[in-house]
Formats: sequence, C-alpha cells, structure tokens
Amino acid sequence: MAGVAAGIVIVGAAAAVALTWRPSIAAIDPPAPQSFDPDLVKRGRDLAAIGNCSDCHTLRGGKSFAGGFPVPTPFGTIYSSNITPDAETGIGRWPEAAFRRAMRSGVNRDGQHLYPTFPYDHFTNVTDEDDRALYAYLMTRQPVRAPARENQLSFPLDQRFVIAGWKLLFLRHGTYQPDSTKSAEWNRGAYLVEGLAHCGACHTPRNVLGAERGSAQFAGGDVDNWHAYAINSQSLSPVPWNADALFTYLRDGWHPDHGVARGPMAQVVSNLSSVPDSDVRAIATYMAGVFGPPAPDRKRRGDEVLAQARSPAESPAAQASGNNALGASIYAAACATCHETDRALPYGGINLGLSTAISSPDPRNAANTVLSGVRAVEGERSPIMPGFAASMDDTQISALLNYLRARFSNQPAWTGVEKAVEDARRTQTVFLQTSPGPHNAPADATQRAKP
Amino acid sequence: MMTLKVNGHDHQIDADPDTPLLYVLRDDIKLNAAKFGCGLGQCGSCTVIVDGRAVLSCVTPLLLLEGKQVTTLEGLGTISEPAPIQRAFMEEQAAQCGYCIAGMMMRAQALLQKNSKPTDEQIRSELEPHLCRCGTHMRILRAVHRAIRLMDTADAFPAAHRSAQ
Repeated sequence: MAGVAAGIVIVGAAAAVALTWRPSIAAIDPPAPQSFDPDLVKRGRDLAAIGNCSDCHTLRGGKSFAGGFPVPTPFGTIYSSNITPDAETGIGRWPEAAFRRAMRSGVNRDGQHLYPTFPYDHFTNVTDEDDRALYAYLMTRQPVRAPARENQLSFPLDQRFVIAGWKLLFLRHGTYQPDSTKSAEWNRGAYLVEGLAHCGACHTPRNVLGAERGSAQFAGGDVDNWHAYAINSQSLSPVPWNADALFTYLRDGWHPDHGVARGPMAQVVSNLSSVPDSDVRAIATYMAGVFGPPAPDRKRRGDEVLAQARSPAESPAAQASGNNALGASIYAAACATCHETDRALPYGGINLGLSTAISSPDPRNAANTVLSGVRAVEGERSPIMPGFAASMDDTQISALLNYLRARFSNQPAWTGVEKAVEDARRTQTVFLQTSPGPHNAPADATQRAKP
Repeated sequence: MMTLKVNGHDHQIDADPDTPLLYVLRDDIKLNAAKFGCGLGQCGSCTVIVDGRAVLSCVTPLLLLEGKQVTTLEGLGTISEPAPIQRAFMEEQAAQCGYCIAGMMMRAQALLQKNSKPTDEQIRSELEPHLCRCGTHMRILRAVHRAIRLMDTADAFPAAHRSAQ
C-alpha cells in the first residue's frame, strides 16, 4: 500500500516537473547601449510609461527600475525585481528572447516561474515588436546593483512550481484579438488596455487564487489599500464617463466633472503624461466602450449633480447635519472653504457631489485622501489638497466621512468607517515609505493643464 | 467661547469654530512666530505642534482643537533661553529672510521629539512640505543636525511642553 502511494507521489512529481520545467536561456554579455537603435529606445520609453513599469519596479527614493518594491498580496509579500541592465543583479545578461519569454509566459532567464504579481497574464498580449522596443529601452538604462529581496511567502506558495499550476488554470495566451468591425483607434486602445497597460490588474476583482475574474472584468478591484473603481457599466461615478472625459483625465490627471487621480492612479497618469496623445486617445476610446452608454436614469442623475455643483448655493442644504453636527461643522470649516468656492479648478476642490470616492462601495479612498491630501507635483502647476492626518483624529475623520456620504451620494451609509480610517492611517504610513511618490513625476510633463 | 491650550496656558477664545488656528494665534493671542504664507496648507510657514505632531495651522479650524495641546515656537524657548532647536538655527545662521524658519523649526522639533536620531534622508523627507524661497536649505539641514547634537546634552523638551504633560 505504502509502495503504491510512494509510486503515485513519484509519478506525480515527475509529471509536475515535466509540466513545469522550463529551460534556462544562455546568458549573454551585456550589450553596449550604443548597439540599440535610438528610435527603438524612444518607442520603448513610451511603452514603458504605458506599462507603468517604474511604479512597481522603483522604490521610493530608490534608483529607477532597481526593484525591491514590496507588493502586499493575500498570500504574502512579493518584492519586485531589478530590471536594470546590471549583469549580476538585473537583466544585463538576458538576451531579447529571455525578455520576450518573461513577458509572454512569466518565466525568467534561468527557467524559473515568476509570480503573477508581474502581470504577464496581460503582457502575454504584447507584440514581439513592442517587446523588442521595451527590451531596448530597459537595456539602455543605468545599471544598478541591487540584489533581489527574499519574498515573504509561506509553504507551499514559496515553491515556484506551484506557479506552473496557476498558469495552467489562469494564463491564457492571445486574450486580445483585433476586431475588424471596430475602428483602428478602438483596436489600438484594446491592445494597450488588455495588454501592456494592464488596467484590469487593479480594476478587475480577483478570485481566491489571486487571478482576475473574467466574468467581472473591470468591476472594481483593490490595490495598496485603495479601491480601484469599477470602470464598466457598474461604475458609480456620479457623472457618467465618456471618451472625451477619459482622455482629459488620463492626459491631465484630473477632470472638472470627476476630480483628481490619486493614490496608485496618480502614478499611472504621471507616467502617461509622456505618452503621445494618440495612444491616450485610443485608451479612452476603448474604455468608453467598456463603460458603455449610461442608462437614462444615470444620465439624468449625472445632469442633476452637475447642475447642483455649478450653483452650490442653491443646492439643498445639509439635511444630514441634524444627526451628525460634528461631521457637518468639520466639513464647513475644513473642506467647504475650498470645495465650495469659485476658485478655479483644479486649485479649488471639486464639488464633492461629483466625487466617485464618496459614492464608492467603501470609504477607503475618501479616508486616504482626507489623511494625505493631494501633493503638488514637483515642477508643475497641479491640483493640491493639504492632508489632515496630523490635525484630525479618527473620530473626527469618521464623523466627516459619514456626513459626506449622507450629503453627497445617493448610496446607503457606509459601515465600519472608524475601522477603515484606522486601517488607512496605518497603511498610509507604509505606503508613503515605499511608494515612488511624486518624485517619480516626469520633469517635462508639458501636456498637463495650464491654469 | 472655547478654551484653547497654547504653550501650557489656557486661553478663552471668542471666535467662530471655523476660524483657522493661525488667525487665533496671531490676532487673538498675539503669538506671531507662525506665519501666513499661502493659506492653503502648501508652504509650511504656519506650522505649529499639536499633541506632538506638526500641523499646518492655516488649514486647521479651531473646532478640531478641543482638548488638544498647541505648542508654538514661543513655547519652545525665549530670546535669553533659546531651546536647542532655536540655538542650532542661530548658530548655523540658518535664516535669510526668515519667513519660513519658524515652521521649519516646529516640524524639525516634532520630528526630533519622536525620533532623536533621524537620518539625513529622514530629515529631508520630513521637511519636504516646507518651502524656502531664499535657498537656505543646506544651512537648515545643518541646523537640524546640530540640534540633534545639542539635544544630546541639553534638555530637548521645552518648559511649556513639559509642564503640560
């Protein structure tokens, strides 16, 4: 009996090895930066910006693309890798074929499986041509010696062959196919969104094994203690999105009917600011289709909210203030001074009736924003808001959030607000230590809005 | 009417609850160290300490301060008996026009109360929200490092703060 069991284990292990084994690809001497075509490198730079690579592969205050950024997952913490061309600790000895295999199938040069925190379930859609440009860009960056940090995962997830099983279940190649009935712009947008831009990695909810739930694509997900909003027909934005609004938002980092990109999305738009208009327009066009045209009652409510926001004096006064005097008075004293003035956007605050954060399923994003505010982007005229972490305690912030929810959304009251504020305060500290933060903003973001 | 605790003293304040702390400090209590810079919480010149944390007083309405302890630069030391942080800034001559300096000192003080041995990186990152138009940054950094050494030998905590604890 024991012999049979042992046999099954051995056969199983052999099968697992056969299924999961990937050959190593021979190392090369690091190619000279001059050996890459400058035009290719430039294209790679735009593609890397669309892929938001620097966001996960750069530590706050650290060298660009040197990795070491901790990505918390329900399974443990995984550290991003060094993708500078350093020969020993980066990808300096990787031939292009190894880079392409990593993008396509999530396998490193040695043949080890990579954790799907590296979103190869999207990058598998990237063309050979674009992989070549990305490779050229990364191989011409400054090499940085930065050894990989040990992931904090428990058995059996620390065994990389487990990832092969995950891939069998969830990694599908060719999930993007061009649609000849749609415009070239739409197809370009679909290619970017489903591939390199990997929007679904944050905006699609994940299943218990950490894979995106295809049946709920773009229905809203989680990232770094922020909620990544639903960006499909289930969107809760008070004013429905359209292609023009999406373009402006992705181009400038804010939109007068929707507000300012914050948290991880601030990094995304900061990176996108160096990308050509045509690609941002393509993403907006494709995503507008994903949102779909709003239902008539949603459109009507959006128009009402906009009308109220434009003449706040005539809007119905805070009905909610009766049972939440503290929240109402904090709003009037600390928030309304900017959010209800005629100071031009984005330097005044948007009317909070327009804020998706206040209509969101949970109060995390609103709590994060009250705590940390919106920091100025260095060297630019940009939206600003002071953070109130030092001046408001958890009780005061909770009262404020409950008031904002009651007054500025048509959604039911949040539950667990106080707990959410405590959590936000704790994780905010960690996030500020590890995020590349505003330092990462491009210095030449000339496309950003001028006042 | 509300009671505001500043530098260890209770003040009866007759002002609307939405009045910024900065206005009360300067106009009602006549403590002029904290400065009005931008009024938007973006320059740091109005920084004071509330319950041990650096707070931008221009965007902090009075109603948030019920029962809390406010410390201004005047509460750290006097001209004849400057606190270590003040001595350090004087000895390094870390002011040009000086408008930002009170705020710089208050945030540095809050940092050193929480962490008596910050690294240069931590000091830079902590003081990042503060603007200085004169470009005195290098002297300001030297002054904070000097304050760390002075606090090793002197009493780090201001008299007013101590008596309030």
